[in-house]
Amino acid sequence: MTATAAHHPPLTYRMMRRLSQLAPHVILLGYTVLALFPVFLIIINSFKSRNAIFEMPYQLPTAETFSLIGYNTVFSRASFQQYFVNSIVVTVVSLLLILLTGAMAAFALSEYNFRGNTLMGLYLSLGIMIPIRLGTVSILRLMVGLKLVNTLTALILVYIAQGLPLAIFILSQFMKQVPRELKEAARLEGASEYRIFWLVVPMVRPAIGAIGAFTLIPIWNDLWFPLILAPSDATSTVTLGVQQFLGQFVSDWNAVLASLTLAMVPILILYILFSRQLMRGLTAGAIK
Amino acid sequence: MQRSLDSHRARKPFPVHILVFLAPATIVYTIFMIYPLADSLRLSFFTQSAAAVETFAGIRNYITLFTDPQWAPRFWGALRNNFVFFAVHMLVQNPIGLLLAALLSSGGRARAVYRTLIFTPTMLSVVIIGFIWQLILNPLWGITGGMMKAVGLGKFFAPWLGLADTALITLSLISVWQFVGIPMILFYTALIGIPEELTEAARVDGATAWDTFWRIKFPLILPTVGIVGILTFIGNFNAFDLIYTVKGGLAGPDFASDIMGLLFYRTFFGFQLQLGNPTMGATVAAMMFVIILSGVLLYMFGWQRRIQTFEL
Repeated sequence: MTATAAHHPPLTYRMMRRLSQLAPHVILLGYTVLALFPVFLIIINSFKSRNAIFEMPYQLPTAETFSLIGYNTVFSRASFQQYFVNSIVVTVVSLLLILLTGAMAAFALSEYNFRGNTLMGLYLSLGIMIPIRLGTVSILRLMVGLKLVNTLTALILVYIAQGLPLAIFILSQFMKQVPRELKEAARLEGASEYRIFWLVVPMVRPAIGAIGAFTLIPIWNDLWFPLILAPSDATSTVTLGVQQFLGQFVSDWNAVLASLTLAMVPILILYILFSRQLMRGLTAGAIK
Repeated sequence: MQRSLDSHRARKPFPVHILVFLAPATIVYTIFMIYPLADSLRLSFFTQSAAAVETFAGIRNYITLFTDPQWAPRFWGALRNNFVFFAVHMLVQNPIGLLLAALLSSGGRARAVYRTLIFTPTMLSVVIIGFIWQLILNPLWGITGGMMKAVGLGKFFAPWLGLADTALITLSLISVWQFVGIPMILFYTALIGIPEELTEAARVDGATAWDTFWRIKFPLILPTVGIVGILTFIGNFNAFDLIYTVKGGLAGPDFASDIMGLLFYRTFFGFQLQLGNPTMGATVAAMMFVIILSGVLLYMFGWQRRIQTFEL
């Protein structure tokens, strides 16, 4: 029976196979269009004159419809450059300090068998499940007391606290896999424990991808803490700056589209450049 | 001999280098995360006078929140809306994420490209996403209305974000659209982790892809289903940015899109004419804490424990 089927494969069967091979592509392609079309529409329309935005929203900018008026408004009214610098400072400093202090704590937890090790690990991982936002009332009081309101330091401190639990968790998983012989050999040669820490750090480099993916994006995109702890124009991050700017310029479509594009494009470029590492990081973190 | 050794060890001072390694992270984490959370819980049992004098109030704040005619409708309304918001994510976002992950894991060279592109909106700030959809759904611009007209559905178009009946569902779907990448990646990672031999045997026996997925793969990724569920729950009961961006602090129209995060913000920080009230804000936060903790415990004891037996 199988032989006859092989000799005369029924047409419907072949078509079914074809179809079943094609269907996933159709669905995935369809969803990709759904995911990207709104973003695409915003970007192309940001380069058009106001009339063209409304009359031909789907058309790419042409010689007649091309206009940078939205960008002019944005650059003359909002300190976008300042917002970018603020966001970069907050994100980079937070990430570096999360990695350094997180790696130190993770090293202590994974390397030494001290009293209270398990308890300490549990304490430090409480924050994985509990959102730090719920403590905002007291965080604000604390920052007022420390005179840190409207400083980037306030944001950095909160983001470090927010990022540490998961970073420590992931880093200690990775550090447990570093071969013991290597560290013992170094100890025999008289290396200090601090020296051994710096020996281990480069070996858990893949974990940095995972932590970068899980901490960087939420920090860059956060609206809550900039809004509450550092709302001044001088300390605004891009996310808050765009939110405030758009609130004022709702009816200026050119400016709205231009500022959205300005806020998106750097992230999109970084994402395209690092998507491979980011995806690897996300999946590595999820497997652990 | 053994005993003397033990007591000797107990008296030995704690190694300094371990303290040095642990101190920075523990100090920052304790001051800026654990202390504020604990202090917020404490504050929910106090009231504060205009001169910032705190008086112990027992559970009076909670009674006010649950029963006072000014507070109760806002609290129960936000809670109900938050469950709707969560239900839409569970019923739409996670099934779509699972479908996309299943299709991605079924192979094909283009899958890395699809995966990266579909994940793009997840990377962007909620503020940007909120404004993009406000523009796309805006009847003035006519993008959505125009497209629906083109396929003959023009009469069904309405300014969904502005209507009390549809605002919350529309906002939930915007959030689904943005965050579908997260369940997709988690499911995808779990699916590609399934050893080939397991599905190969079923394929040889003539099982269809559909059967293989539901009978073999899905039971194996049940732990991930639980993780996706609890992450969705925590994320949704902590959500704020999207609705604040699109609808402002008052979560209009007429609080139709109000959820716990918005209520928390308005209560402690104040909004427009409403003055901030830190102790009531702490009470709202404490309720969010209780809700999230219940979810986490339910997940840990109701789901994770039972599921473990299926693990390889």
